[in-house]
Amino acid sequence: MRDGDLRQGRGQLRRGALSHLQTAIDVQDVSKRFRLYKEKYTSLKERILHAGHVPHEDFWALSDVEFQVSTGETFGIIGRNGSGKSTLLKCIAGILTPTSGQIVVRGHLAAMLELGAGFQPELSGRDNIYLNASLLGLSRRDIARRFDDIVAFAELEDFIDNQVRFYSSGMYVRLGFAVAVNVEPDVLLIDEVLAVGDERFQEKCLDRIHQFQTEGRTIVVVSHSAGTVRQVCDRVVVLENGKMVTVGPPGEAIRAFRDCLLAGEVPAAIAPEEQDGSGASGPFLQPERRVVITDAVARHSGPPGRDFLAPGDSLRLELSFQVNEPLTDVAFGCEMLGNNGFLVLNCDSAMPEFGQVHDLDPGRYRVEFDFDQLPLLDGTFTINVWIQDAGGGVIHARLEPATTFTIVSSGRATGFVRLPLRIELNSLTQSGSAVSAAG
Amino acid sequence: MKVAPNPTAPLLHPGLEEDRDLPLRVVSGKVSLRNRFVEIWQARELVIFLVRKELKVRYKNSVLGFLWSFLNPALVLLVYYVVFKYFLENHIALFAIYLFAGLLPWNLFNNSLLSSAGVLVAQAGIVKKVSFPREILALAQVGTSICYFFFQACIMVCFLIGFSVMPDWKFLPVMLLALLCDVVFAGALAIFLSAVTVYLRDVQHLIEVLLVAGFFSAPIVYMYTTVATKLTRVGFLWVYLLNPLVTIVLAFQRFIYGTVAPRDHPIPIATYGEHWYFAMLSIILLVSVILFLCAMVIFGRVEGNFAEEL
Repeated sequence: MRDGDLRQGRGQLRRGALSHLQTAIDVQDVSKRFRLYKEKYTSLKERILHAGHVPHEDFWALSDVEFQVSTGETFGIIGRNGSGKSTLLKCIAGILTPTSGQIVVRGHLAAMLELGAGFQPELSGRDNIYLNASLLGLSRRDIARRFDDIVAFAELEDFIDNQVRFYSSGMYVRLGFAVAVNVEPDVLLIDEVLAVGDERFQEKCLDRIHQFQTEGRTIVVVSHSAGTVRQVCDRVVVLENGKMVTVGPPGEAIRAFRDCLLAGEVPAAIAPEEQDGSGASGPFLQPERRVVITDAVARHSGPPGRDFLAPGDSLRLELSFQVNEPLTDVAFGCEMLGNNGFLVLNCDSAMPEFGQVHDLDPGRYRVEFDFDQLPLLDGTFTINVWIQDAGGGVIHARLEPATTFTIVSSGRATGFVRLPLRIELNSLTQSGSAVSAAG
Repeated sequence: MKVAPNPTAPLLHPGLEEDRDLPLRVVSGKVSLRNRFVEIWQARELVIFLVRKELKVRYKNSVLGFLWSFLNPALVLLVYYVVFKYFLENHIALFAIYLFAGLLPWNLFNNSLLSSAGVLVAQAGIVKKVSFPREILALAQVGTSICYFFFQACIMVCFLIGFSVMPDWKFLPVMLLALLCDVVFAGALAIFLSAVTVYLRDVQHLIEVLLVAGFFSAPIVYMYTTVATKLTRVGFLWVYLLNPLVTIVLAFQRFIYGTVAPRDHPIPIATYGEHWYFAMLSIILLVSVILFLCAMVIFGRVEGNFAEEL
């Protein structure tokens, strides 16, 4: 165990929380091999018949994964399906043991791999809270102390003595989440369970996760949604075929992730999983798809073939979508994010300065976002777009990221924005002549 | 939403006092036996919750509910009693008590093994999604069987009062030691079988058959003295006594049935003195503890792959 690993930069420190920069999770050279049997022999006869020479292939779900997560950090694991991210999480949780290497976890750990795992449908909600919290490692006294909080959080006061099998799936999941977050672990592992329950409950869950962050607890999130990861994580590891591609700040990691997706010939711009995942904050996706984004094309004003923009170039984003049923009060929103998830711009067409709200009949449409003369300096920027109702409460469709572009400045100035700056020297002894330079 | 990193946050010294006491947990292929026991001990409350769950769930939604916990063994006993007393006519005095005395430890053993053999497969949902020492699932089944043992013991007490039979109090320590042997032996096999069943689903069915054979290998429905006399003649009594359940059953019978002194019937139970029981049971306990440790080691070896095998 590398105690007090200080190599991570100060950038990971969280807003005044008690980040002690200790290593909370130390993944040391972890590999995990699965045996893929061509045929699975689980009966005694077959085992004896095929004793010793069961045909199998070794499959390395993880190979030589190594990273540290500091206390108080929110750490993301992203990768494509089958990239080993869930295996890694299960290894950290202790559900799977690594074939080689080891993982050291400091502090009490709770894993949310599946909400309500181990709920007994025959038992009452009350009994299930005790059983489930106990499975997550809570003592009876602690459970009794937190019982009311759990019930209140799950909003199941009236049903707590009913059998869980009469619960709706929403209630079931709410109870599962309520138990898991009220365990108050030092290290919380979350596997893509952020998008549960109704809109209001989701916000509550996210609030709780933010509260965890400010309390300096360590969180590890597995996701294949770049959006979720960008919104909540300090650092991210990208996995591809069980190997680490990169570890770093979300912006950087998500770019690497997108490169992986592109290399794997998954059209990143319309990868369906990225359309879904953003439901973690703010307004949420409508489950019934009244609007489907069909295409997004980005064009810039630079010479054709150049894959970067220069400061002052224009960028046009054309978003094609299909409306399946008549919609009123439709607005179009977009946001631009810098390297580290820094928000450059967030706006929608319903805002007074744009003043565009439309009623749409079913059909195909194209909306264009024109960025005139982007006054930006070097960096890679991401644009997310969405179609919402005018109030902003409902997101009909969202594409994240819609496009990513890099700006390469020919000048020497560093920073973010090429502010229209003029620097002028005036001689005070001899009035009339001036020396000026524009930045 | 996204909070910008705060470079002015204080750089605190690593290893602050309040963090020293956070437990360290190592996930790796090798976990020492001692740590396994520590983990199980830490999760002891979970065993209680799981046992409580089993007791609640088993007869949930039935009209008589929890009453079945008592009714079930009583009815089984009734069947055995009628069959062996009237159909297969034996001449054991107060046969109901004799039978029950043997059934008590046997049921504990039988229920433990039957329910724990498939428990990891049945609870795959938890095993695949939650991290905890998985031996606990098997141990909870043994715990449940112990609870049923006490329910049945209550019925036994009613029987003893009903037939106004007084147990042989001198042999109470023998009986308690036998109970301990029974639990440890059952626990060892339960842990072993639960792990093996994950890889070989046959075991679950095989164990059912073996347990039927096991039932008749112990002197529960027949007289120990008959078997013992015959085997002693050919010098093979020691083979019979290799089965730990024989001695355990004998100890229970000695305690519960010991004072029933039939005049006109052969004495069905062993007439060994206390020392014989203590010696035998000590050996059994020692062997059971060793088996238990072996089972834990084997379980630990294969535990890492449960989540993928299930």
